[in-house]
Amino acid sequence: MDLDAFTQTTGEWLRGTGADSDIVVSSRIRLARNLMEFPFPSRADLKARAEVETLLRDKILGISSCGRLNYESVETLPELDRQFLVERQLISREHSEKDGPRGVAVDPRESVSLMINEEDHLRMQVFRSGLALEECWAAINRIDTEIEESVSFAFSEEFGYLTSCPTNVGTGMRVSVLLHLPALVLTKEIQKVFQAMHKMSLAVRGLYGEGSQAMGDFYQISNQITLGKSEEQLVQTVKSVVPGILDYERRVRDALVKEDRNRLHDQISRAVGILRSAQTINSEETLQRLSLVRLGINLGLIDNLSIPLVNELFLYSQPAHLQKVRHERLETSDRNAARASYLRQRLARSEPSAN
Amino acid sequence: MKKCRRCTKPATMHITEIREGQAQSLHLCEQCAHEYLNSVDVGGSSEEFQSGTPKLEAPPEEPAGDDSRACPSCGISFKQFRSQGRLGCPHDYEFFREELLPLLESVHSDTQHVGKCPPRTSPESRQHYELFRLRNDLRQAVDNESYEEAARLRDQIRELESRIGPTPSDSEAAP
Repeated sequence: MDLDAFTQTTGEWLRGTGADSDIVVSSRIRLARNLMEFPFPSRADLKARAEVETLLRDKILGISSCGRLNYESVETLPELDRQFLVERQLISREHSEKDGPRGVAVDPRESVSLMINEEDHLRMQVFRSGLALEECWAAINRIDTEIEESVSFAFSEEFGYLTSCPTNVGTGMRVSVLLHLPALVLTKEIQKVFQAMHKMSLAVRGLYGEGSQAMGDFYQISNQITLGKSEEQLVQTVKSVVPGILDYERRVRDALVKEDRNRLHDQISRAVGILRSAQTINSEETLQRLSLVRLGINLGLIDNLSIPLVNELFLYSQPAHLQKVRHERLETSDRNAARASYLRQRLARSEPSAN
Repeated sequence: MKKCRRCTKPATMHITEIREGQAQSLHLCEQCAHEYLNSVDVGGSSEEFQSGTPKLEAPPEEPAGDDSRACPSCGISFKQFRSQGRLGCPHDYEFFREELLPLLESVHSDTQHVGKCPPRTSPESRQHYELFRLRNDLRQAVDNESYEEAARLRDQIRELESRIGPTPSDSEAAP
């Protein structure tokens, strides 16, 4: 797989298009599958994991239900490249950090990622920009069905698809939407969303999933229950809560504008000013300022920047992306300078031309 | 996990009765559910059944609570699973079934898969899934108070039940 080719793009989930993409950044569905004849990865020895990798790699590279897949052995990949794939959401942190035979197959649009020997033998993910859960389900269902024509996945008539952790058993499915909720965070109303989701057995997580902090006001909402509901029901459950949250976020945005438009406009313009001119800036501050800028664009308070550009800035200001683009390893202080320099240059390029 | 409303065993069967648009949920263990289904005429009162004198005989012996019993396929014990949160192999679901059931019930509020099944699944099994799925939809319809939908599903369930005979869960409950 040519990882350098990826440094020219942002991938499917940050395209900034699709339904309600001002708030719904992306939709994602993941399926967990295992082979009956092998222990789960956490209990399989190196030889068994190598066999699983070879077997599944050959099967998935032969499928035709998604774009041409490129396979990468994660075991032999340098740390920076693994981190780069994590930042692009193509592999999980766990997959990047564990050891032993494992890999990932990705299509050129980065809308499909198939991990081998993560927590389960096979973890499939499909991404779409904006709110498009049914499309994700249709796409991943096709891939799963095609692979299953030639592989027998571990399945019980009682418990469904068998997974390493019983919290995933049954459908093995995690349906999630990534939402940008700056106004709800700013007013602390987000707590009410957490409580409402909790009551519906839905999980709220940060950008990089389990245990990660909510960076840049991004939140993932996903199902926790995987057994006793059909895949369609799970899609509908997650989908059904989205309109309420969108409506809530938009109402709070309107209220913020109404309350003190000048102050909000000032905060947002200052955020743009800092991003355009800082000489050194850390990751946390960048995310915070970018979140305000994204809000400003959606409120029509900034008119010369676009959502896809801000999405790109979010991704490329992260540590592995900064280093990958520059082809060098950087310590934290050098990274902060490199980040500021990248932001200045990229934002200068986006200026409307003088003539 | 809920206890059976009639004895102290875990409630693994969830029955919804609908009478004159009134939905009533019953949570029973397999044995009590079997007795209930055989003793109560459809349309009768489930209250009578529940308030009946609790059975006096001791519940059958729980499977020996031996946490160190190891799965013959992967060698993991239930104790090890509990400390690391990951099972060792797909066979564990069969081997530790009794221990896993209460856990699945508390995580998912359910213990029966109703979603996608592999292409090799037999037509009989598919019909059973259809039945599970319909019962599941019925439960949801009742929760949403869509009683017309619930009545329609109930008819579908009856029709399918009469076509395929007793379901696996019914036959398991038979002594």
